[in-house]
Amino acid sequence: MTRRLHRLEPAAISGVMSRDVTNFSTFWKATTFSSVVEPTIYLLAFGLGVGTLISTVEGLDYVQYVGTGMVATSVLFASALSAMFGTFVKHRFQRTYDAILAAPVDTEELVTAEILWMSARAGVYGCAPLLVSMLFGLDPSVGMLVVPFIGFVTALGFAGFGVLMAAVVSKIDSFNYVTTTVITPLFLVSGTFFPIDELPQWAQVVANVNPLYHSVELVRDAVFGFEPVDLAHLAVLIAFALLMWRLAIWRLEKRLID
Amino acid sequence: MATEPAIRLRGVVKRFGEITAVDGLHLDVPEGTCLGLLGPNGAGKSTTMRMLTAQAIPDEGSLTALGYDLPRDSKQARADCGVVPQLDNLDIELTARQNLAVFARLYRVPRGERRAAVDRALEIVNLVDRADTPVDELSGGMRRRLLVARGLVHRPRLLLLDEPTVGLDPQVRQELWALIDALRAEGTTILMSTHYIEEAERLADTVAIMAEGRIVARGRPADLVREHAGAETLEVYGPPARLAEVRAFAEEQGFRTRRTGTAVAILRSEEADGRLPDGVRRAASLEDVFVLLTGEEVA
Repeated sequence: MTRRLHRLEPAAISGVMSRDVTNFSTFWKATTFSSVVEPTIYLLAFGLGVGTLISTVEGLDYVQYVGTGMVATSVLFASALSAMFGTFVKHRFQRTYDAILAAPVDTEELVTAEILWMSARAGVYGCAPLLVSMLFGLDPSVGMLVVPFIGFVTALGFAGFGVLMAAVVSKIDSFNYVTTTVITPLFLVSGTFFPIDELPQWAQVVANVNPLYHSVELVRDAVFGFEPVDLAHLAVLIAFALLMWRLAIWRLEKRLID
Repeated sequence: MATEPAIRLRGVVKRFGEITAVDGLHLDVPEGTCLGLLGPNGAGKSTTMRMLTAQAIPDEGSLTALGYDLPRDSKQARADCGVVPQLDNLDIELTARQNLAVFARLYRVPRGERRAAVDRALEIVNLVDRADTPVDELSGGMRRRLLVARGLVHRPRLLLLDEPTVGLDPQVRQELWALIDALRAEGTTILMSTHYIEEAERLADTVAIMAEGRIVARGRPADLVREHAGAETLEVYGPPARLAEVRAFAEEQGFRTRRTGTAVAILRSEEADGRLPDGVRRAASLEDVFVLLTGEEVA
């Protein structure tokens, strides 16, 4: 080996991702099943249940309102939860990361590759609610083609958050605190099921620092028509992604390197 | 470069809070040799191995591997190093071949050569027939061989083996010994940590005995035995009270002794001239040296 090795080498990142892809080939069916069936159940419940009480929200048919909103929440769960549990298991139980770091791969490359892979996956599977919504009468639009990309950018931040949490907690049960105090509130105050402008002032402030809210808005606007404010939503998601990426690397390196 | 050792540690210290795991370690492993790092659990062997791949960063001292400064140039060094960890960390849902293919990429084996590299590694560890079996379905011995293959897939110049045969049955252990011996014969430099004395004795050109984070003795196994334990050891059997008596007597006579479970071993019994009680005479062993130097008490 005469070539100098640098930081963030594409070969290291694609190598780690190739491991993820190979592993994914053993369980993609289960992932695909749940990401399609779950939004179907939600939309049936909301369409047949809540939909009978509320017919339109912000000028949209309620099922379409929820269906488009659920793209972002699917992305949240697909990225944050698999990052939390996946990272913890690979680090503590399977010791996979020990093997990877013994190879010419640094923590920075490892974390970057894991986040990129989980985000690509979440971006693709996050579109499932949109496809299911079409069965419930949502009209296709050109803007929908941007949705996987929005899902990907959203997932970058939440996957980074998941890796960060996996590096911070000392045991796997502690994830209960994270899901209860962070994930569930984020999910509810995001404008997925009800508009946030009806909420008290403080809750609106909370929603505005919630990256998921910005993702929900961005996805809806992609489907129903972009507005100038969408650039601000995108900027928030990118800033969140960058922050979580660096924090995840910092904390996981403390865990992995003695 | 010819005189530069493959591994060189100078005054290396590694602390974990209050505990000093490695305490001023000096160690050279010349290129093309096999060094057995022998020591009880907690002696600092694994920490030393982890420092060589920059998975632990020393607090003091300097380390080089294959001429690269660690941890600064460790990525470069890792590209030429193979590591076989103590704990099995294979991807269990993947096949043997898939596990190796991933690591061939991580170790930067060029795309066109990966398939041949994987085939070669499978052949070395005799797993060609099991190439497409998921790791989950392999026996313990096969998994360990696959772990070795994973460490060899990029033809490393330096191989780090951390307790390579721990927990394996004797047949599998011997198979792995043959494999490691063949690698050494090909000129691969090997650093192997072990707490199996026989393993070190059979495979290592040089043995370094480690206790409490330091090297307490170093040399060829036979030389270490001669120097520290003499030629012959006398083992005296009997009930505990009798053993205590024999031990006290032998020490009074100036002999070093150690408990060997059911007996008292009296070292350098070739110098006894009939002063010692009857017992079983045997050649002094590396185990005698090991216990003498690292203590009888189990930490």
